[in-house]
Amino acid sequence: MDILGILIPVSLLMGGAGLVAFWWMLRKGQFDDPEGDAHRILRDDYDDQPK
Amino acid sequence: MTAFADPQHPSACPACDAVPLAEQVAGAALKDARLMLALPGIHCAACISGVERTLEAQPGVRAARVNLTLRRASVEAGPEVEAEALCAALTQAGYEAHELDPGILAATEVDARGRALLMRLAVAVFAMMNVMLLSVAVWSGADGVTRDMMHWISAAIAIPAVLFCGQPFYSSALSALRGRRLNMDVPISLAIALAIGTSLYETMLSGEHAYFDAAIALCAFLLAGRYLDHRTRANARSAAQELAALEVPRALRLTGGTTETVAAADLRPGDLVRVLPGGRIPVDGQVTDGHTELDRSIMTGETLPAAAAPGDAVHAGEANLTGPITVEVRAAGRNTELARIGDLVAVAEAGRSNYTSLADAAAKLYAPGVHIVSALAAIGWFLYTMDLRVALNIAAAVLIITCPCALGLAVPAVTTAASARLFRKGLLIKNGTALERLAEVDTAVFDKTGTLTDGAAEPLDLNALSLTEAQVAFALAQGSSHPLAKALAGGLQAAGTSPAPLTDIREIAGFGVEAQWGDTPVRLGRAGWLEAEPAAETATYLRIGREPVRPIRFADQLRDGAKDLVRTLSDRGVRVLMLSGDVAPAVEAFGARVGIDECVAEARPDAKAAMIEALALDGAKVLMVGDGMNDTAALAAAHVSISPASALEAARAASDMVLTGRSLAAVADAMDTAQTARGRIKENFTIATAYNLLAVPLAVAGLCSPLIAALAMSTSSLTVSLNALRLR
Repeated sequence: MDILGILIPVSLLMGGAGLVAFWWMLRKGQFDDPEGDAHRILRDDYDDQPK
Repeated sequence: MTAFADPQHPSACPACDAVPLAEQVAGAALKDARLMLALPGIHCAACISGVERTLEAQPGVRAARVNLTLRRASVEAGPEVEAEALCAALTQAGYEAHELDPGILAATEVDARGRALLMRLAVAVFAMMNVMLLSVAVWSGADGVTRDMMHWISAAIAIPAVLFCGQPFYSSALSALRGRRLNMDVPISLAIALAIGTSLYETMLSGEHAYFDAAIALCAFLLAGRYLDHRTRANARSAAQELAALEVPRALRLTGGTTETVAAADLRPGDLVRVLPGGRIPVDGQVTDGHTELDRSIMTGETLPAAAAPGDAVHAGEANLTGPITVEVRAAGRNTELARIGDLVAVAEAGRSNYTSLADAAAKLYAPGVHIVSALAAIGWFLYTMDLRVALNIAAAVLIITCPCALGLAVPAVTTAASARLFRKGLLIKNGTALERLAEVDTAVFDKTGTLTDGAAEPLDLNALSLTEAQVAFALAQGSSHPLAKALAGGLQAAGTSPAPLTDIREIAGFGVEAQWGDTPVRLGRAGWLEAEPAAETATYLRIGREPVRPIRFADQLRDGAKDLVRTLSDRGVRVLMLSGDVAPAVEAFGARVGIDECVAEARPDAKAAMIEALALDGAKVLMVGDGMNDTAALAAAHVSISPASALEAARAASDMVLTGRSLAAVADAMDTAQTARGRIKENFTIATAYNLLAVPLAVAGLCSPLIAALAMSTSSLTVSLNALRLR
């Protein structure tokens, strides 16, 4: 059962990392214009200078 | 802020007249470095880069970014850039654009509530995953110290997560209790609080059952429903707010011999205001100087531009097409008719929120029921065992089992699936209850101009013109920016006509175009100006030398799918009406073309709304389809409303659904989907109730372990979501 002492913190850390990444994306406005982003990715002129 | 322009002696060329004034308007924007434009027409990747490239090519613009979801562009520009010039450039490039007041929109620009809900959902799901992981160990037989450790770690994750994630429920429940009401959130908050409380107590006493996983899963499922609900609602920004943002913010006031730029709201009755061609009239008032033609379609729905001369009344929101005019202010700001329509919309919207949706009806039955059952279970067990701990545990289990995960998802899941399906067919649903209301419709009311028609005029009988007539008409039509002239030039160009060589082409504001063709004077314009009899329908007139005047008639272009839609609706027994602000002959002729028998012509905006209300009083469930400012009050007053994408932002904001495609055929699809969706919602309620009927006796009997609670909650939520997905 000693393995639990490692695995539980590891699983919590990994989940927490995902949560922090999600929080960061939300703060940066990555979800503000989902429809526009879906179309923007298809444009060639954004390949060099994505915005 | 005063510049010198001489309104007493306007030059012959409106553009020369406009230059100093235009520079002055720019001065008023000195503080605005950030401009917002509404782009109702954009829909694809080409539009995004087209708009951004056009905007960035304008001098002074530093950066432009299109938001396709909101159909808006935000522009960062130097203080000298004015929004009207950007709109003009976009219109020229083929994108419809309107200026929006960034101050008024600031509140809706960032969807703070949506972000907060999404963050809470993310935290809840993260916590739920981890707690479930730990709970699996307990369910599969961990006991003693291991079980206690699992419970303690679960508590450490679940308690802060539940405190953070459940806030929307707690605050809503508190405000309901303060108002001495019961809503869905009261049993939810109670269930979470009781589950966490008893579980913590059990954990301290090394008890067997802890419901941390159930409490946090409850939060997560309900937040998912809340977020889906919010997404559909967030698109329905207040129509009144958008109307305000569309209002013309600035005006050119004449004082003595000078003009100054002032905010339209600062104007007083009696002031003189100058309105340049291409501008919108900022006030209600009377023309004192100048001749022009006005595009009144925003207020009245009339396709034909109306002539305006000294003495004529004008209204805020109308567009000045051809010549500069001076207007004496009668009413400004909140007193204009435009503002009054905005108020009507706000009132009607407030009235519609009284609609009792299926979800509300379910909640009304559910909330008291749950409390009674769990209270009875607690009292019964307390009397039976005289042990408060057992009684509270049972009460918590009953509350958790009955908690409306499935109920909370039943409606938003169906609405989201139906919205996705209709979006692919070219229809955007903005209001959560719109589908339910659409399913009940038995009367459909259409606006004419811009809704059943394409908004564009189509010249008729071009073939009847002789070759020389066609060539002269083409050359004259090219000399004007009047919408009919543009349509005529377009039609003749498509027919392969070449323009006749004309000299001295002059546009006479408010009347037409004249020129010399060799030695012969030629004119294209209004009937009165050419001394001809005006025809019954929309027409422009051509005269070459002394020859008889030749009328060129126009017809409104029928929108795709309009005829089919009217036929489908009539076949289903839906009563179809047309309400238009246009003149009677045009409306009747059009009604016959599209197949609508009941037509009402020359309806003012408030008359339209009144007519919808009268229909509603007779018990009809009215679907209103319209696009103009004159329709907004009617759209808001109707049981459910649809507007085309080409409609004004305000009209779209006032309606429940927006057609993104050109065709009207999607409306019939929407009604089918609405009926299916309504059926699905009812099925979902049945499924959720069935799970409760199975699980509640177990919980009351004290046989409900945390495993059974988790299973019941997850399977009912899953079944409901999957049932909703069948709609796609």
